[in-house]
Amino acid sequence: MIEIVSERRCIACDKCVKACPANVFDPVPEAPPVIARQADCQTCFLCEIYCPTDALYVAPNAEGPTAVSEAEIEAAGLFGSYARGLGWKRGRPGGTDKDPTFRLRVAAQR
Amino acid sequence: MAQHSGAARSRKQSEAISLTADVLVIGGGPAAAWAAFAAREAGARVILVDKGYMGTSGATAPSNTGTWFVPPGERRREAIERRQALTGGLADPECADRTLDAAWRNLHRLAELGYPFPTDDDGKPYLANLRGPDYMHFMRRRVRRAGVTVLDHHPALELLSDGERIAGAQGIDRQRNRPWRIRAGAVVLATGGCAFGERILGATGLTGDGYLMAAEAGAVMSGMEFSGQYALTPKPSALNKGLPFRWASFTREDGTRLATEGHDRHVIVAAALLDGPVYAQYDKAGPEVRQWLRQGQPNCFLPLDRTGVDPFTERWPVTLRCEGTVRGVGGIRLAGDDCSAGVPGLYAAGDAASRERLTGAITGGGGPNSSWAIASGNWAGAAAAAFAVRRSGAEPSLAPLGEAGLRPTAEERDDLDPAAALAAVREEMLPLDHNFFRTAPGLRRSLDRFDAAWSALRRHCRGAGPAALRAREAAALIATSRWACESALARAESRGMHRRRDLPGRADEFTCAIETAGLDAVAVSRRAIGSGVAAP
Repeated sequence: MIEIVSERRCIACDKCVKACPANVFDPVPEAPPVIARQADCQTCFLCEIYCPTDALYVAPNAEGPTAVSEAEIEAAGLFGSYARGLGWKRGRPGGTDKDPTFRLRVAAQR
Repeated sequence: MAQHSGAARSRKQSEAISLTADVLVIGGGPAAAWAAFAAREAGARVILVDKGYMGTSGATAPSNTGTWFVPPGERRREAIERRQALTGGLADPECADRTLDAAWRNLHRLAELGYPFPTDDDGKPYLANLRGPDYMHFMRRRVRRAGVTVLDHHPALELLSDGERIAGAQGIDRQRNRPWRIRAGAVVLATGGCAFGERILGATGLTGDGYLMAAEAGAVMSGMEFSGQYALTPKPSALNKGLPFRWASFTREDGTRLATEGHDRHVIVAAALLDGPVYAQYDKAGPEVRQWLRQGQPNCFLPLDRTGVDPFTERWPVTLRCEGTVRGVGGIRLAGDDCSAGVPGLYAAGDAASRERLTGAITGGGGPNSSWAIASGNWAGAAAAAFAVRRSGAEPSLAPLGEAGLRPTAEERDDLDPAAALAAVREEMLPLDHNFFRTAPGLRRSLDRFDAAWSALRRHCRGAGPAALRAREAAALIATSRWACESALARAESRGMHRRRDLPGRADEFTCAIETAGLDAVAVSRRAIGSGVAAP
């Protein structure tokens, strides 16, 4: 579930408010959005890749909240790790032209 | 039909939104996108409303999906025959041929439109795979550029009828808390399948809303017993992506290996999970495959990387998560090849529609369903645009069709919590010994609970404002669960993903479709395959 909106990284663009399919965030005027409905989070990680400043962290536990601190996520280099894995940058798509999944599909047939 | 695009929109934020379109598409996944695109190309003014955000909504956006993509000719004929043999005799090869044809043409179209497909070793674009976040981001831009009005976070609550035809829908703008009402010449339901409240990717939108709205308009469901599809998932994540498990081995708590070779690994793991925890490890992947997996399926590694587990050298707990009718089969029965829902002015596409004719008793996940979303979206969008053109210019008054959760038949009660209905659906529809392995007494017990929950919602629940969405989702989840259990009880045999522990064999008399209709009372009937008439 969504756990962290980093105040240090967030530029209050509210893109996550729009892009979250489960509507978990509420905008706050001139400030980072708040996680208003955490229990609705479907743990899809998509808010992370739509965030232009890698300010969001989704913990992989979909069944309930996880106690994590911004400092430990920062230290582990996990902010933006999914976007980097895909090749998305600054909230924009990239990398699908390099996706080797088709090789897996061929290998899976063997 | 008017030639201009877009729609006149009321200006004040606080006011109700009232719009008019030729075609209204409800949903935000690939079927919705293709339907909107096709209707717009046919000259219709199109509005798309989605419960979430078109681009991240649905089961496709968080995934990396193959498509069923076979060139025309002998190879296609062989592919259809090979798959037909697995479908339990319920699929229609002609439907597969039409779907493959539409997917073939439109995936080439996607390449022409500039979608950045990867390049294979021959230097040609590889069109048989779509990376979800990129695909849906691309579709959103294309649809909007084509002139479709896209309204995100505008869940539809109910359809509108002019007495003879479906003529629009109404709902709420959940981020501004105001109602909307759209008059339309035709409506396409592309609301996805129902995940029964399971924690899987896309499930937030997949509560069966479209089934409920269609049933209130008089549409019939088909194949709802084929809703026992489950996905291997690293516990406790929501990552129901199966591809990496091709290279997994599975062990019990004591380290004993499960013998999955040559069997459906889901069945072996399901049986073992009933006894205790099961662990997985991607130890069958060589260095090359490991690298492709990491690069191609980065979300599949998030649950493991973020908890400090090396998935290739260590074992980690795995579970099976229910995928309901999302990667199951059932949905709104289509009355014709144009994706008509059998109600004038109403069409269904993607997982909202039954995929029984395409995929029979087995899952269409991993290719057929994504090709179906492309094909059925195109057919429904084009047919809805054509229907809207034929419509007369008169604008009769519209009646809303919503019942449960909106218009109680008895005194309103405020102690009815939609969350309790969701909990009941989860408790009855998700456990492996209820829905993966089924029995008649178990199904009856679930039905008793669902019937009582339905009756309470129908009689006493009135959701208003933002609470209306929760009430309607609860009603849709309960209604879908009832159709699923009634169909599963009626199909007195085992076939494909419908596994009756009390009736393990296949019975020839059930080489037919099971249909369910109605809400307060559910009617079950059989229909012969490939016919418009009910079986005896």
